[in-house]
Amino acid sequence: MAEVLVLAEQTDGAVRKASLELLTLARRLGEPAALVCGPADDATVRVLGTYGATKVYAVEGAELDDYLVLPKVDALVAVVRQSAPAAVLVTSGPEGKEIAARAAVRLDSGIITDAVDVTPADGGPLATQSVFSGAFSAQSQVVRGTPIIAVRPNAVAAQPAPEQPAVVPVMVAFSDAALGARITRRTARTSSGRPDLADARVVVAGGRGMGSAEAFQLVERLADALGGAVGASRAATDLEWCGRGYQIGQTGQTVAPTLYIANGISGAIQHRAGMQGSRVIVAVNKDPKAPIFSVSDFGLVGDVHTVLPALIEEIGKRKSGAGTPAGSGEAP
Amino acid sequence: MKIVVLVKHVPEATAAWGYAEDFTLDRANVEGRLSELDEYAVEQATVLAEKGLPATITYLTMGPAKAVDGLRKALAMGGDDAVHVQDSSLHGSDALTTSLVLAKAIERIGFDLVLCGMASTDADMSVVPAMVAERLGVPQLTFAANLTVAGSAVTVLREADGETQTVVATLPAVVSVTDQTSEARYPSFKAIMAGKRKPVATWSLADLGVAPGAAGAGAAATAVRGAARRPARQAGTVVVDKGEGAAALADFLVAQKLL
Repeated sequence: MAEVLVLAEQTDGAVRKASLELLTLARRLGEPAALVCGPADDATVRVLGTYGATKVYAVEGAELDDYLVLPKVDALVAVVRQSAPAAVLVTSGPEGKEIAARAAVRLDSGIITDAVDVTPADGGPLATQSVFSGAFSAQSQVVRGTPIIAVRPNAVAAQPAPEQPAVVPVMVAFSDAALGARITRRTARTSSGRPDLADARVVVAGGRGMGSAEAFQLVERLADALGGAVGASRAATDLEWCGRGYQIGQTGQTVAPTLYIANGISGAIQHRAGMQGSRVIVAVNKDPKAPIFSVSDFGLVGDVHTVLPALIEEIGKRKSGAGTPAGSGEAP
Repeated sequence: MKIVVLVKHVPEATAAWGYAEDFTLDRANVEGRLSELDEYAVEQATVLAEKGLPATITYLTMGPAKAVDGLRKALAMGGDDAVHVQDSSLHGSDALTTSLVLAKAIERIGFDLVLCGMASTDADMSVVPAMVAERLGVPQLTFAANLTVAGSAVTVLREADGETQTVVATLPAVVSVTDQTSEARYPSFKAIMAGKRKPVATWSLADLGVAPGAAGAGAAATAVRGAARRPARQAGTVVVDKGEGAAALADFLVAQKLL
């Protein structure tokens, strides 16, 4: 069976959930192999193996962390040329897409971004995309070169399929050109202990309707009650009720969680573009005419300041009655 | 210093978008505008010039006839001149071809700094800036929330996953900017009229030395096999809170097995 190469990403030393989802997709298309740009320690190899990787390519070098994107492109292109995979899967996010884009030019290969599904088909993997702000669904294939497909987080649930991967260290001599953009300073944003917005199964977001930075904390408490990530509309981040990294929308993050709760968010098209792929959408807003209600599966017209505390309490009641909540404990 | 700003003319966000028969985005039947995200790049170029950077600013777009409207909007916001690459053979081009054509045009114009928006608002791929940088053989500093140029060094602040990075490169380079950079200015009537007088050159593929067969749908490395309108998300239940709203919502979550 042909190899399918997954570009695995790590956050704080742990393999990202979205990368494990790529391994699950890779299993549909061939033998999954993972590329780790950084030390492939035992824990990393083990989790990649748990989710199906039969091989782990490991490329090391300080350059990978110190320089923006390009050393990883060198690494990906080197491994593709060495192993000739049937396809390359990356996570559709800023870094994944840029690495994939430059690799696509070097390999003269077609690239498909923002895929929400990938299935085997005649002529190569068939990618499904949700386009035009969710109005259309398109199916595409790469017709030249090694198909490079960038897949959205939460496209599939990561499925364990244990293997003992062979670890293949790959020596890459980074070109001078790879050292063009140097990261001179990094300020880590304090970890909130909550799931990453891009990967989370539950997202609780707040908008201008929350009214104040203090009231915005209700959004955070509701997220914690559900084990979810916190998100925000552009307005809320402009008002500095939370950091920019929480912004969901056309110019922020695009998320597609199982559950999205929009609180005090009117639902302008630029915001909807960032969350309309969510499986279940719930909205709480005091304006019955808010556009968000045209896309919500359950809408509550009410005051977020009374609804959210009451909802947190109701969730507490149901959880203690019903046992383990459905939203917890899937991929590590 | 020469700054080239890449812009795209795209359908209005509120218009009804659809596919033409050949699975390309139907641009003919919708109102268009300069992509909102490109306005930030246009603004940053003007801000750099106003801060005293001695630079000429050229806007560049690739597209059908109407695309020139995007250039005129940019020229109303600032800049010196513009180039419109227009050729019927470009219809149906993919990102690889787009980046090839833009890179050749940028080389013909001459550049120290290429500025772009973080993504187009129609295809939304976010790959063209990286591809253009690859073809030009220069570094890319993308998703910049802040941008400064001093001498031949460009420094950006970018929000990456979990951290804020300061990234430095020596020009020439490609920089893409987000909406975190300053608000795009609203041109005055006088500026709009001045923009209309600035020169716009129209180049064909032949002017760039690109063979017609190297562009368009026939040269694309990807193909759309099918497209269908997704059923619009129907508005679901809407309940007015009269004290029991939170309980009703919690019941809904339980019923959906989300709780």
